Amino acid sequence: MNAPIRIEATSVPRLPRGVKLRFDEQRKRWSLLAPERVFVPDEIAVEILQRCDGIATVEAIATALAEKFAAPREDVARDVTEMLQDLANKGVVAV
Amino acid sequence: MSAADPRLEPPLALLAELTHRCPLQCPYCSNPLALDRQELDTDAWQRVLDEAAALGVLQVHFSGGEPTARRDLDALIVHAAERGLYSNLITSGVLIDGPRARALAEAGLDHVQISIQGHEPEAADRVAGYRGAQAKKRAACAHVREAGLPLTINAVMHRHNLHELDDIIALAVSLGASRLEVAHTQYYGWGLKNRAALMPTRAQLDAATATVTAARERLKGVLAIDYVVPDYYARRPKACMGGWGRRFLNVSPTGRVLPCHAAETVAGMRFDSVLERPLAEIWRSSEAFTRFRGTAWMPEPCRSCDRREIDWGGCRCQALAIVGDAAATDPACELSPHHAALAAAAERESAGAAPDFVYRRMAPAA
Repeated sequence: MNAPIRIEATSVPRLPRGVKLRFDEQRKRWSLLAPERVFVPDEIAVEILQRCDGIATVEAIATALAEKFAAPREDVARDVTEMLQDLANKGVVAV
Repeated sequence: MSAADPRLEPPLALLAELTHRCPLQCPYCSNPLALDRQELDTDAWQRVLDEAAALGVLQVHFSGGEPTARRDLDALIVHAAERGLYSNLITSGVLIDGPRARALAEAGLDHVQISIQGHEPEAADRVAGYRGAQAKKRAACAHVREAGLPLTINAVMHRHNLHELDDIIALAVSLGASRLEVAHTQYYGWGLKNRAALMPTRAQLDAATATVTAARERLKGVLAIDYVVPDYYARRPKACMGGWGRRFLNVSPTGRVLPCHAAETVAGMRFDSVLERPLAEIWRSSEAFTRFRGTAWMPEPCRSCDRREIDWGGCRCQALAIVGDAAATDPACELSPHHAALAAAAERESAGAAPDFVYRRMAPAA
């Protein structure tokens, strides 16, 4: 049985089996393919999803993105956690 | 958006109906009343997958009939994966044992959807017209999960099983599903033939909606629930297929390309075959796909309705089945002059005694 996921700084997110991030050549955009649905993630979501590799912690992902976009680390950490929690609730991110 | 419009988007998904053979006989089957006996061979299906991927399709749903009845299913899943297509198997589950589930996972299948007919086995088996179906389905779910594949349970709801909805939701959780489709019966083909035997009362529908709303909140992050509402009691029509010729294409066992699985009920419409024309050309410019694409075909009150690009005029097959004209306003819409009669039929049939099922069976060979 599945249990609800709570995303924390030390969580290690990954895409579960049945969820794939793919560049869609015909439409020139990223697609998140999931059971019987297709999500079109925005630019920031793509940056986060590409780092959900089952190795990096939420903390490490936030640090990497704060550096890449020269943004305040705490703000980025909050946004990343929020987005991953939302994706986990939808079943497209696991830990 | 017209047929020649350069903004025409490619389809997102292909429903590949590999066969109409099925060991089950559900009286609401979405297959047409006249079932196909001929089937495309493996080479032809692989070519369909090639053309679909090149056209921009992202997901392929292997369906039927019972798709696991095809011996080349694993080869087709491998082929889809090689083309970068996300593959989903829509199955009754009764032919899936442990080794079969592992083979499907190894072939690269991404997701499995297994239908259940209810919670209580004897009643569920009666709907399926197959003794022991429920037990086999529960075992198949376990095999699928053991093979590491994500699982959706699909439960078609009607007057005989709506009282079980809470138990069905609990069953989906205990079977390890991450999604549940609570799908009220849609009344086309076999479902329309069995409408009086299946139609729920409005009170049953309202109770089901409340049950789903509560379960969604309670099971957030555990089980996602998709809810397909019954449009006989609706005020506005559903966006059938996300709009005709906008998101989906369907290939029948013999290779006819359809805008939806019920489209063959539209008499006089010509459907091209993948054996005769390229899939991209059929999508872009065939008579069947362009006939009701966009909004230009719409009659009033649809044409000037501010929801015309939300529901895309609802369902053409329903307009045909109820009004006798596939180009009419979907009678599920309360703005249709036929809406009151539709709702009255639902009230009347659901209040009356339920007739026996007419089971889905292949007609004897001529």
